[in-house]
Amino acid sequence: MAEDTAKIAEDLVSATPEPPVAAVAVTDLTEPAPPPTVAADMPLLRIETVVKKFGAFKAVDRLSLDIKAGEFFALLGPSGCGKTTLLRMLAGFETPDEGRILLGGKDVAQVLPHERPVNMMFQNYALFPHLNVRDNIAFGLKRAGMPRSEIRARVAEMAALVKLEGLEKRKPDQLSGGQRQRVALARSLARRPQVLLLDEPLAALDKKLRESTQLELMELQRRLGMTFIIVTHDQEEAMTMAGRIGVMDAGRLEQVATPRELYEAPTSRWIAEFIGDVNLLEGQVESREAGRLAISTREAGLVYVAEPRQPVAKTTVSVAIRPEKVKLSRRGPVSDAVNAHSINRLEGVVTEVSYLGGLTTYQVKLDTGATLRSSMANTARLDIDAYSPTQRVVAWFTPDDCVVLEQ
Amino acid sequence: MSARNIFARPARLSAIAPYLWMMLFFLVPFIFVLKISLSQTAIAQPPYLPVFDPTAGWEAIKAAFAALSLDNYRLLLSDDLYIFSYLRSLTVAAVSTSILLLIGYPVAYGMARLPRRWQAIAMMLVIIPFWTSFLIRIYAWINILQHDGLLNQILLALHLVSQPVVWLSTDGAMYLGIVYSYLPFMILPLYATLAKMEPALLEAASDLGASPRQAFWLVTFPLSLPGVGAGVLLCFIPIVGEFVIPDLLAGSDSLMIGQTLWLEFFTNRDWPVAAAVAVALLILLLVPLSLYDRLQRRQMERAR
Repeated sequence: MAEDTAKIAEDLVSATPEPPVAAVAVTDLTEPAPPPTVAADMPLLRIETVVKKFGAFKAVDRLSLDIKAGEFFALLGPSGCGKTTLLRMLAGFETPDEGRILLGGKDVAQVLPHERPVNMMFQNYALFPHLNVRDNIAFGLKRAGMPRSEIRARVAEMAALVKLEGLEKRKPDQLSGGQRQRVALARSLARRPQVLLLDEPLAALDKKLRESTQLELMELQRRLGMTFIIVTHDQEEAMTMAGRIGVMDAGRLEQVATPRELYEAPTSRWIAEFIGDVNLLEGQVESREAGRLAISTREAGLVYVAEPRQPVAKTTVSVAIRPEKVKLSRRGPVSDAVNAHSINRLEGVVTEVSYLGGLTTYQVKLDTGATLRSSMANTARLDIDAYSPTQRVVAWFTPDDCVVLEQ
Repeated sequence: MSARNIFARPARLSAIAPYLWMMLFFLVPFIFVLKISLSQTAIAQPPYLPVFDPTAGWEAIKAAFAALSLDNYRLLLSDDLYIFSYLRSLTVAAVSTSILLLIGYPVAYGMARLPRRWQAIAMMLVIIPFWTSFLIRIYAWINILQHDGLLNQILLALHLVSQPVVWLSTDGAMYLGIVYSYLPFMILPLYATLAKMEPALLEAASDLGASPRQAFWLVTFPLSLPGVGAGVLLCFIPIVGEFVIPDLLAGSDSLMIGQTLWLEFFTNRDWPVAAAVAVALLILLLVPLSLYDRLQRRQMERAR
C-alpha cells in the first residue's frame, strides 16, 4: 500500500511540466521538493503589506509573509484573528484593500478564484451533495478541459492516494466524516495546485481520527512536495504538522517561527501565553554578570536568567518559564550551584495537584507570593515521586530555561 | 395497565386523526360524487336517478345499483367539447407554469442572496397580497384592463396608442391573472431550497475553476431541482382546475375544464355529467399529484 502511494506521488510530480530535477528530488523523501517555477531566491508566495477591512474593522492589518515552495505552513491564532480572511484572500474569495499577493512572482491579488493556480480544502468540505465521489473529484479537472481518459486516470490516482478506492460511486451523504474529509482532500489535490490551502481541515473529525489524519497529511505533503498552507486554531495540530507557524493576533503576525522556536523562544508575552502553558514573572533588570541577568521580581525575589542574544533595552521585563522546566524536589539542588547563580531555587507549598496520566501538574505557592506551575512526567508507575497538597517543596530551574520578554 | 399504554393510547388516536379527517371531508364526498357520476340526469329533487333510499328495502337498493352506468364517461370521451376543455386546461397550466418558473426562479434566487434582514422583508412583500381577498385582486385587474381602465388611460395619455386596446377577455389577460395569483406558490418553495444552500458550495465550484455561470448550472440549479419540482407541481395542479381566473379574465370562446364543469352543473343542471367531469379531472391529476407526493417524501427522508 505504502509503495503504491509512493509510486503515485512520483507519477504525480513527474507528470507536471517541471524541470526533471523536481521529480528526482521528491523521490528522496528526506528533502522537500525545490520550488517548481520560481527563482531560487524568490519565495513561491509573497504577501506584501496586505490590508483587508470589513467596514471599520481591520481583519488583516499590513501583513507581510513569505512562504517557500514545498513548505508546510500553518496560520495559527484565536478565532477572529484574521487567519481565515488571509487564507480566503490567497484563494481569491476576498480581495485585499491594500498590498500585493505575489504567487510565483506574479501579483494575483485581483485574480478571480477560478483563475488561480491554488486550491482550497474547505472547513466543512463543501462537497457537492448531488455528485458522487468520482464526479466531485473530477469537477475541477472537467473545468480545466482535461480529456476524458486523463480525467478517469487522475480520479483513480487521487482515489488511491487518499485510500478511497471502491467508494467512487457513493454520494457524500453515504460517506463517514473521515471519508468525506478524504474526498475533499482528493478534490482539492486533483488539479495539482501550486499551493493547497486547508481551512481547519480536521476540525470536524474526532480526536483519534484527527491525529492519524495529521500524520497522513504530513506524509502526503512531503511526498507530493506541494506547498500546504493550513489554517487552524489548534496549536497542537499546527505544531505537529507544520514546518513553520505564523501566529496571528488582531490581523497581524505576532511571530513566524518553527514550532520549537515558538515554544522555547517566544518573542512576546502574548505568544508565550498563547502557545502552551507558561509561568510569567514581572521584574526589573538589576545587574548583568557572566552572561546572566539578575532580575528582581516582585513575587519571586531575585531570578537569574541567561542573557538573551539581543540586548535587553527596557528595565521592566517579564521572565517566562515553561512549567515542565520548573522542577520540584523536597530539599532542592546542591547549594554550590545556587550560590553560583546557575540555578534558581524558590521555596513554597504545593497547593494543587492534577494527575493527567502522562504527567502531573502542580501549583506551588511561593513564600515570596508568586504561584508557579510545574509539570512533571510520570516516568514511574508508582507514585513515590509525587507531592501532595500542603507539602513544602523547593521549585528550581536553570537560567537557561528562562526567556526574557520585553513586551 | 402499564405506564406505556397510558401514553400509547392518545398517540394512536392522534395518528388516526388525519385519516379520520380525510375520510369525513374527502373520501365520503368523493364517494357521493362518484355515485352521482354513475347516475342519470332527471327532472327531480335531487336532479338525478337512481336515489338510494335505505328505508326502501334490500330489493330496491339492488335495483338502484343495477341502474348505475358509465354512460356519462362515454359522453366525455365521445363529445370533443370535454376533450378540448381538458386539453386547454393542460395547455394553460403548462404555459402558465413555464412563465411562473421563468419569473419565479430569478426572483427567488435574488431573494436568497439578499442580506438576511432584507430577506424577511422580501418574503413579506411576496406574502402581503394574500392579505386581501383573491377575488378583489382579480376584480382590480379587471378594473385595470377594461376598455376605459387604468392601463388604456395611461397608454392614451402617453400617446402610445391612438385608441383603447382590448386587454380584457383575452388569453393574455388570463395568463396575467394566473401568473399574478400563483407567483407566491412558485417563489416560496424555490426560495426555501435556494436559501438553505451552503454558500461554500459556490466557493468550492469557483475554487475548482468554474466560472459564475458554470457554477450556477452545475451546482446551484441541480441542487434547487427539488424546489423547482415542488413549485411547478404546486402551481400546475390547481391551475388545471382553475375556474375563477379564466371565467373573469379570459374570453368565452374556449373553456377550461373548471368552466365546463361549472356550466354542466349550474347552467345545464346536469349533475351526473358534471360529477363525471370532476372525477375524470381528479384521475388526470393523479399523475402530477403522486409525483408531488414522491418528491415530498424524498425531501423528508433527506431532511432526516
